[in-house]
This record gives sequence, structure tokens and C-alpha cells, in this order.
Amino acid sequence: MLELYGRAVSSRLLLGTANYPSPAVLQRAVREAGAQIVTVSLRREIAGGSGRVGGFWSLICDLDVQVLPNTAGCHSVKEAVLTAQMAREVFGVNWIKLEVIGHHDTLQPDVFALVEAARILIDDGFEVFPYTTDDLVVADRLLDAGCRVLMPWCAPIGSARGPVDKDALRSLRAHVPDIPLIVDAGIGRPSHAAAVMELGYDAVLLNTAVAAAGDPVAMAKAFALAIEAGHLAAGAQPLEPRDVAVPSTPVIGKAVFS
Amino acid sequence: MTILIKGAGVAGLALAAELARRGVAVSVTDPEQSPLGNASSMAGGMLAPWCERASAEEEVLTWGRHAADWWDDMLPGEVTRNGTLVVAPGRDRAELARFAERTSGHAVIDADRIAELEPDLAGRFRQALFFEGEAHLDPRRALPGLVDMLKGRGVRFHFGEALRAYSLEADCTGFARAADDPELRGVRGEMLILRTAEISLSRPVRLLHPRFPVYVAPRQDNCFMVGATMIESSRAGPVSVRSMMELMNAAYSLHPAFGEAEVVETGVGVRPAYPDNLPRVKIDGGVVSVNGLYRHGFLLAPAMARQAADLLCEQISGMELRNGTHG
Repeated sequence: MLELYGRAVSSRLLLGTANYPSPAVLQRAVREAGAQIVTVSLRREIAGGSGRVGGFWSLICDLDVQVLPNTAGCHSVKEAVLTAQMAREVFGVNWIKLEVIGHHDTLQPDVFALVEAARILIDDGFEVFPYTTDDLVVADRLLDAGCRVLMPWCAPIGSARGPVDKDALRSLRAHVPDIPLIVDAGIGRPSHAAAVMELGYDAVLLNTAVAAAGDPVAMAKAFALAIEAGHLAAGAQPLEPRDVAVPSTPVIGKAVFS
Repeated sequence: MTILIKGAGVAGLALAAELARRGVAVSVTDPEQSPLGNASSMAGGMLAPWCERASAEEEVLTWGRHAADWWDDMLPGEVTRNGTLVVAPGRDRAELARFAERTSGHAVIDADRIAELEPDLAGRFRQALFFEGEAHLDPRRALPGLVDMLKGRGVRFHFGEALRAYSLEADCTGFARAADDPELRGVRGEMLILRTAEISLSRPVRLLHPRFPVYVAPRQDNCFMVGATMIESSRAGPVSVRSMMELMNAAYSLHPAFGEAEVVETGVGVRPAYPDNLPRVKIDGGVVSVNGLYRHGFLLAPAMARQAADLLCEQISGMELRNGTHG
């Protein structure tokens, strides 16, 4: 069982809620995948100044899952902190997926601002899920700030390229063996998700790969199965690759014809 | 027997037109002062069921494929049948292949053909999708046009009034009905109208981008409608800087001449939507309602109007039978 800030979750797939063809499809995808945590981005328009959120929010509530609000689209410490505080008020949870974007086009995280914002929010009582890179020093700084979960990317957001640097992901895993690691961005296919789970990652967060698939409901299920498979495999000590063929049946005692 | 239609947006006016065509007496009421006071007047007016199928259910195509004929029939001369052009910036060309895979009714065309269709876009895109069977109209002409046409057929309009006490009513009030229909939600849409004489387009052009697909639809008098954002919110307040920047940026990347265009108007509408983003004709407590047209008002209003008119005509004949006035 995975534990995130003291909360036990059995599903290792976290789903984003943006860009589905319709809320009905989103609901079916979340149910089909058995996801227990969904991320919701707080657009200022949702809050609407009155603190009341609209019909979309009530459809999320119907799912009866844990909501992880995020600070998507924030480019500065101040903006991210303000958005987190608004999200806490609107959604009534002190979890926050912290994103501070450093580059408008690639959506690469600004890790300096991220550490600073994490420190401020943790002092303010938040439990922070930082969207970060695979950099070990940044990981250390986030842990120093009080983060107890890290969410590294495996490729740029929405790029669907899968783990582009497995060695970096492996060394991050080895560097923080006791901290839950959730791959947060760059996954395109279930095989990518299985691959990062095989590296010993604890969970995967997806949005576009499911929402923009031709059949989001089937794709959600496919990811859930792949994540489960990768997790089981990681615990089952997979073989390491070898340079030469190794026959699986004994050759001793067999006739050799060639 | 007169049917009262509440709401003079595209849903209400299409229903009025469909009933009038069947010889049913109709009155239309709307709290606004004109048919341009509602969300329908912010619409793009694209009759593009094949393009929409990229992110909508099959029904949008089956219900929407005859929309252009319906509008042409009701308002001869208002429908432009020049198709839709779909382009993607160089670095997002993967999006074009993806869009092609999700849709039908298109041809992949090269730079030469793009230049033939839209001379002002010559040299700007290497590839595009051309949806030849699609059409568009200008909602700001079509809505008042329908009102005038219907007045000529004896339909009575009561703008700025709330009428009641009709034995047969149809509710077409869009998001205003959310209080009585908990399934309805609002989806905010923001749009711009730009004016420039430096570029002309013959058809709506969609620009694909991984984060915000946008269309630029040509209007009269060198105007272009650029839309539209999709934000899960029922707030109708003014357009945000972020949304405006995104819309302007998209227009600019379609053609730099838009950099010099005048911003004639910014607009915000709240689209009514059901959880599957498909419209519904419902009967609830004897009241027929047409709602949830989402971003497909002009595209799906004709099909919904037919369904609702069928139901209302059944109700009329039922009432006439009961009252013994039939035959």
C-alpha cells in the first residue's frame, strides 16, 4: 500500500481532469482505472470570486475520490502560493500539487522558485507534491523544505515521449529510497508507465495520455493494468540484460549437430 | 393552440422555425431586448460536424451533418459552403496527423492547394486538412434574420418581457435553466472580433496547437471572429488577459497581418452543457426543453428543433383529442 502524507492509497495511478471530450467520459475513465486521486487545476475563473465552483466541480465530487489541486500555469512564487491558498479554500484540502513553470513553451519547472514556494506553503500548513525534474540536488532541497513526496518528470509535459533518461530516474530512485516518487509528466503510452514502475517508482500521474486518447476510458484501464504490472515486476526482481544469449533449457547431454 | 417558446437564442429560434414550418402557431419570449443578447450571438457559427467529431461523440456528426441544408432552407444566402481548413504550426504537425486520424470527410492538401484555396495563407503552411463538406454562417446575421423571417410567417416576438400562462410551453433558455435542471453546467467561452483589410479568408481556419485549438472565422466588413476558450466555469465576467493573449497569439501565428488588426470586440458567453456535452430534448412536468447545445449551437439546433417539434406536435394532437376539437 502506498502512503502519501499519511494517507494510504491502493491505486498507483493518479489522473488529471483536463481536456477530456466531456465530464461524462472523464468520470468513466476515472472509474475504469480505479484511480483514487485526481488532480484539478484551479483556474481563477472557476473560483469566480464568490468561492463557488460550478457544475464541473460537482461532477468531480460525484466520483468520491481524493482531490489533489494543482497550481498549473503559475510562473512565479507569488502566483503559485496565491493559487495554492485559493485552492485550499475552494476545495477544502491542504494537499497541493505545486507547479512553478519556468519556461512558457516547454513548461519546464523553475526549480529555484519551486523550492522557495514549497518552503512557504509547508510553513503555511500545506502538504506539497512538487512537480520537479530528475535533478538530485533539487530533490534534496525540496526534502529540506519539508516535502515528503516528489513528482519528477520523465519527459516534458504533454510530450508523450516516455522515460527519456532512465539512468537519471534510477539514480533519483536510489538517492531517495524512502520517499514516494510519482512520475508526473511525459508519459505517452502504458509501456512508458510500466517502464518507470519497473524502476521502482511508486506511482504515475497522467492527464493528456488518457484524456486525448481516441478512447480515454479504454486507455485509462490500459494504464492502470500497465502500472500494476510494472509495480509487481519491480517487486519481483526482474532479470538484468546480458550481452550474450543464455539458453533457458540445459544443453548438457544433448546431441550437437552443428 | 399557440406554443410559447421561452428563449430567443439559437435553440428557441430554430424550434420556432421548425414549428412554423409545420403550421403551428408560436410566440417567442426573451428577457433580453433582442436576439443578440444571449450566448448564441457569441458563437462561431461553424457548421463543422466532421471537424467537431475530433473531440465529440458520434451524435454530433449524425445530428449535425444536415445542419447546413436546414439553415440554407430557412435563410437562403446566409450559409457559406466553402469548407473548413485545418492547419498546424510547423512544430505541431504531429497534431495534424492526429486530427486526421480522428476525423473523416477531409483531404490532406499541400502548400499549392492551400494557396489556391486561401491565397493569403500562401507559403505559410506545408500541409493542411480540407473539410470540403463543411459550411459556416454569421450568427449576428442569422439570429435577427430568423426573427424577421418568422415575423413574416406570423410568429409573435416579445422581447424584454416574461410571458406565462400558456398551456403549452417549450423552454429554450440555455444556462438560465440550470437552477431547474441540476444536470446542466456552464462552460465559459471567450472570443474576439478583429478587423483588418490586409488579409481575407474564404472559410473558417482552425489552428491546431497542443494546448488550445483556435479558429478564425471570416465575417463581413473585413472582420474575423477568433474563438473560443473552453473553461469549466459559469462565470460570465469579462475576458481575461491570459485568454485574450492566447486568442490573439493564435490569430497572429495564423498570419502576422493580424498583428495590425483592430480589436473590435471581446465577448464572453456561458455555454449550457450536459455531462456528455451532447444536447437533450426533455419533457419534465409537461414542459418540453431543448438545452445543452454546448459549443454546437448552430450545428445541432436544427436536429434538436426537429425532435422537440415532433414531441410538441404529439402533445398538441393529444390535447386536441382530449378537448374534442380534433377534426
